[in-house]
Amino acid sequence: MNRKYELVYVVSPDSTEEQVTELHTQIEGIVTRMGGTIEKTENWGRRKLAYVIGRHKEGTYVIEVIVGSGEIMKEIDRRLKVIPDVVIRHLVVRVDEDEKIVERARGLRTKTSQRRRLARGLPADRLPGEGQRDSDGDDRDDRFDMGGEDMR
Amino acid sequence: MNGSKRSFGSGGSSSGGGGSRGRAGAAGAAGAAGKDGQRRPMFRRRKVCKFCSDKIDDINYKDVKLLMPFVPERAKILPRRISGTCAKHQRKLRTALMRARQLALIPYTSE
Repeated sequence: MNRKYELVYVVSPDSTEEQVTELHTQIEGIVTRMGGTIEKTENWGRRKLAYVIGRHKEGTYVIEVIVGSGEIMKEIDRRLKVIPDVVIRHLVVRVDEDEKIVERARGLRTKTSQRRRLARGLPADRLPGEGQRDSDGDDRDDRFDMGGEDMR
Repeated sequence: MNGSKRSFGSGGSSSGGGGSRGRAGAAGAAGAAGKDGQRRPMFRRRKVCKFCSDKIDDINYKDVKLLMPFVPERAKILPRRISGTCAKHQRKLRTALMRARQLALIPYTSE
């Protein structure tokens, strides 16, 4: 059973850089031993917490994307629970199903847009510089047609 | 139908409900546009779901910048009737917000 999980854990700010990497290798060990893979690791570095946890006001956030069975996550969850003075918070979320839904929605939208554009005699894909700009200039794709812009 | 219309009107005139919260972005005030125009000609910006109009499919709990507008000062989740978010996206927003809360990315309360 190959499922995709996202593990986020918050390491206490007192712990050193080495402790964080050691934790990562520990988790990696569990995952590979139980036949899974780590797809991605992301370290957000030190961040201010929104509220005080224990006596901490900051924490180091680490995100791992893990592909494998639920048993792995159970084991990791169990392990992380035991060390509350190193890992102050952690969260496991299953993401593969949500990703599939998002993927489908996106595909559907692209297809509708292309169909409509073709019906109007335009090329299927939006050309660069065509259509309205993103107001806040973020990096979301704006390939899709926005017909009803005057709604606001 | 009539009842709902009246409630929109009263909310607007007492300036108590949606309008005074003044959220920037997707929100506006109650949307009684055009329907009861002959009685009270006021302009209410029609509320649109931010996620529908911006075509955001993935409401992710890690995206604090996206979630922050939906937790006003008291850090409660902004209700649908004020933000204008559609039911589908409000559900997803809720799970995202609650996950983010668990990870101390956004607060449960503000002191």
